[in-house]
Amino acid sequence: MRTLTYREALREGLDEELARDPNVVIMGEEVAQYNGAYKVTEGLWQKWGDKRIVDTPISEAGFIGMGIGASMLGVRPVMELMFWSFHSVAFDQLVNNAACVRYMSGGLCHCPIVVRGPANGGTNVGATHSHIPEGLFAAFPGLKVCAPATPADAKGLIKAAIRDNDPVYFMENTLLYGMTGEVPDPADGDFVIPLGKADLKREGSDISLIAHGRSVIHCLEAAETLKNEHGISAEVLDLRSIRPLDVDAILASVAKTHRVVLVDESKPFGGVSAMVSHLIQEHAFDELDAPIKRVCTIDAPAIYSPHVENDQLPNPKRIVEKVLSMK
Amino acid sequence: MSALDFTSSPINQSLTAEKKIGLYTLMVRIRDFEMAALKSYNAGKLGGFLHVYIGQESVAAGTLSLCGENDHNITAYRCHAHALASGMAMDECMAELYGKSTGCSKGKGGSMHFFAPDKNFWGGHGIVAGQTPLGLGLGYGLKYLNKEGCCLCFLGDGAVNQGAFHESLNIASLFGIPVVYVIENNGYSMGTSQKRSSAYTGCLAQRAEAYDIEWDVIDGSDIYEVRAKTHIAMERARKEHKPTVLEIDTYRYYGHSVADSKHKGGYRTPEEIQEYKDNHDPISVYRRRLAAEGVLNDELVASITRDSKAEAAAAVKFAEDSPAPSISDIAADVYWETDNNTDASKIGHHFFA
Repeated sequence: MRTLTYREALREGLDEELARDPNVVIMGEEVAQYNGAYKVTEGLWQKWGDKRIVDTPISEAGFIGMGIGASMLGVRPVMELMFWSFHSVAFDQLVNNAACVRYMSGGLCHCPIVVRGPANGGTNVGATHSHIPEGLFAAFPGLKVCAPATPADAKGLIKAAIRDNDPVYFMENTLLYGMTGEVPDPADGDFVIPLGKADLKREGSDISLIAHGRSVIHCLEAAETLKNEHGISAEVLDLRSIRPLDVDAILASVAKTHRVVLVDESKPFGGVSAMVSHLIQEHAFDELDAPIKRVCTIDAPAIYSPHVENDQLPNPKRIVEKVLSMK
Repeated sequence: MSALDFTSSPINQSLTAEKKIGLYTLMVRIRDFEMAALKSYNAGKLGGFLHVYIGQESVAAGTLSLCGENDHNITAYRCHAHALASGMAMDECMAELYGKSTGCSKGKGGSMHFFAPDKNFWGGHGIVAGQTPLGLGLGYGLKYLNKEGCCLCFLGDGAVNQGAFHESLNIASLFGIPVVYVIENNGYSMGTSQKRSSAYTGCLAQRAEAYDIEWDVIDGSDIYEVRAKTHIAMERARKEHKPTVLEIDTYRYYGHSVADSKHKGGYRTPEEIQEYKDNHDPISVYRRRLAAEGVLNDELVASITRDSKAEAAAAVKFAEDSPAPSISDIAADVYWETDNNTDASKIGHHFFA
């Protein structure tokens, strides 16, 4: 199978959806003439022109609100946040308008938007640019959230997100953009991965490592170390989609291994892993042979220092240590 | 009253006697609806807030009377007038205030969140200026879909100091969006007067100059002036894809909301309120004008009033007799996909206990 980078896979997904539906429009800061701050949209403006690929001013509340308003009339905006960290300046639009307009109108309005961009730490850009808000937004009914870890998932999920008739907040990762992986050839058919479906990235029998986004990559590396150096068979479940959430896949993995480490780039208080932990204790308490453990980002704003930032985040070493501590 | 007479503006000359009576009737209906709502509120039958529009009726009635098939509108939380002027029925609006399942939003929105997309009315928004980027987007959508129309986006004088409004003005001008921002200036952002809340040269609308946007100021007590000047702005939007900022001077007789006990004798004097009622009330001004034009007489006025009050009373009865939403209704209307039972809605859990 051919390989693409995560960035190329996303771009291919966007390009295919632009071709499929004339109401899909990409907008954001530097997405057109500059080719995207992280080059996800490179070449799309040359191909599709000013109407479909729109450079906006640095006005997140303005252009995201504009996209929400346009979506109510049937346009399908895909809006790039240069960093998901900038959600804070558009929060009213993202939460009050996108998440609530359907509900407050008794189902009369709908809001088929995608907001996408990178949401990660690990690039030494300090606290303001390192927020990881998938748990935050998944906490608002009306919103959907996903966080793909691989090129194929990035492509398949962005296509599903664009076709979805609800607001989908799509969280990427700057450290994954250059990562390569196998992606099915478009000639073999339309490749769409539905929201709400987790993916078992590695099978195992001793412990379940449950994660999303880049943490999945760390889990896979940790699982290799656990097998080779400690004889532990770890299973890696990639949630891919946070809301809707594949609860059945989580419970099935727990029923198989009876031990769980949740790996989550968010902070420990609340968030995705806290919710998953709750679901496991509620629905699979009797399956557990040990308390659920977590590897989260160390509970402080993101540190700048390149010397220690990776130690603040989940990483293979911390995951291995956490698993070994459960013996 | 303005020194200028806008009766002769083409958009007003085209008004038949029937349409003039229709405009007058609409303003009366808006007021009677809200008087009935206030009565229900004070009787403890409604929850939450109630931001009444009484005194400002000519703004919604005049501007929205200019809307055609491809013209849309959106406003903030003082939204009952825009709803009725967009063609919504008193019954569904009153039932929404009562939190009943027959309400326009099935009792899920409340006073601040009326919607009727089928009538091009997009709410009803609770956060000050939060609707201003949405109005921009409605204009963007019209242009994107190649429809000749515009969006009237209403906001209060308090909203002009929010960042979202300024971001919207910049984009509206930069992108050439067919949107008309209508500042309904009733003089007070809740309890803070314009002078204490806004820094400006001349008037609030003049801020548009900084964004290279046309602007105008309108005497809101004269519905003909409202129509004449708004029509120009709407044509500019529809035909030239250029935004406008209009500032319509108006006044509210009641508080910012029902929870505003200081509105009379606190941050403004009873004399100020009385002066507006006596000399600038948009309904009285228009009634006198139509009488002078020979369009209205006492008998017709009495019958319009009688019908309007009866309609409002019937709406109250409809609301009171309607069923409340059930607990099982709470989790509907959250996601389009689950409401429509699509394939996508069956994958993964959308809701959590």
